[in-house]
Amino acid sequence: MGHESLSFIFLNAFLINNFVLAMFLGICPFLGVSGKLHTAWNMGLSTTFVMLVSSACAYAINSLLLILDLESLRLICYIAVIASAVQLVEMVIKKLSPALFRSLGIFLPLITTNCAVLGLALFQTAKAYDFAQSLVYSLGAGAGFSLALILMAGLREKLELARVPDVSQGAALSLMLAGLLSLVFMGFAGLGG
Amino acid sequence: MPTNPLQVEQLSADTFLRGLWEENPVFVMLLGMCPTLAVTNSAMNALAMGLATTFVLICSSALVSLLRALVPKQVRIATYIVIIATFVTMVDYTIQAISLTLYNALGAFIQLIAVNCIILGRAEAYASKQPIANAVVNAAGIGGGFTLALLCLGAVREILGNGSLFGVHLFGPSFQPWVIMVLPPGGFFVLGSWLLTFAWIRRRRERSRQEVPHGA
Repeated sequence: MGHESLSFIFLNAFLINNFVLAMFLGICPFLGVSGKLHTAWNMGLSTTFVMLVSSACAYAINSLLLILDLESLRLICYIAVIASAVQLVEMVIKKLSPALFRSLGIFLPLITTNCAVLGLALFQTAKAYDFAQSLVYSLGAGAGFSLALILMAGLREKLELARVPDVSQGAALSLMLAGLLSLVFMGFAGLGG
Repeated sequence: MPTNPLQVEQLSADTFLRGLWEENPVFVMLLGMCPTLAVTNSAMNALAMGLATTFVLICSSALVSLLRALVPKQVRIATYIVIIATFVTMVDYTIQAISLTLYNALGAFIQLIAVNCIILGRAEAYASKQPIANAVVNAAGIGGGFTLALLCLGAVREILGNGSLFGVHLFGPSFQPWVIMVLPPGGFFVLGSWLLTFAWIRRRRERSRQEVPHGA
């Protein structure tokens, strides 16, 4: 499938096969950090950055492993790469904005175990994308992740003012909301043609 | 471990049973959501995913517990991740060898077991501080709880969305499947409903507990 155009790859990862709402990747931060719009925005940005870096590294590592005939080590190498990328982002954010560093809290190191990042690396390998395609794919996935996070945060901020039954407070309500969002995103399915 | 406040726990049936219900990783702790939602569109997939995760959980807990005195504190997370990824690679190749249909149905989610927060959470919070027997029993309990939760979701989604259970058709040919249930939104809705049900049960139990001493 190496012939897909760059714009299609971006649109596909951004809307049609949105990582969060259609492929269920990265649900933990999606439910955990979507309480406030501001935090959601920053979380989306840092995840996108990690995705971009790890996608580029994963591409390089995969070509190396293919030459050495060591494909069984792929998963371990990818995880190591992602962990280092997260460490990098963590240091940058800590230096540039300590306030943001505190508000993201535990969820920043947890990007390491965000399945959206590892999933991205695995999917681009499975689809045999070349370097440019991989980068565009990671940008689209990051943008899609941020979009889902921001939509959810906006809804939840409004929801704080609504009166809902006590029992449904918390995770159950968020999941129902996510289901509705996911229904909406199914509408994009025809876009690819 | 000198900095460890947690005492070594007495091995009992509770070590196992706690994971099934009281500390159920999906319904109570809300961990490991991604595979929970993604692969539960049929009961068979859910069962396979649950078993694969349980295997990785038990093996990595055992190894982490064995190595707990050797691993330096600073690099422990990295060590755990490498251990987990090794077992996941093993499972990946095993499933590919046993059943290619299953392998294709589960897709990338087998490899994504490596970033399941339940496994890393157990390694960090329990296995790295307890002897191997405790770690294995606890991991088996948590794995069982995870499999149970996946089955709960998978069964409901398959019955509603496909009219079958484990591939066996339950209703006549006139059954109109509720297709949305096997599609992504259905995952969110079914899990949300389960959580609602459990919240409701918990609330009722609390209320009846409060009322008993009052009446007596």
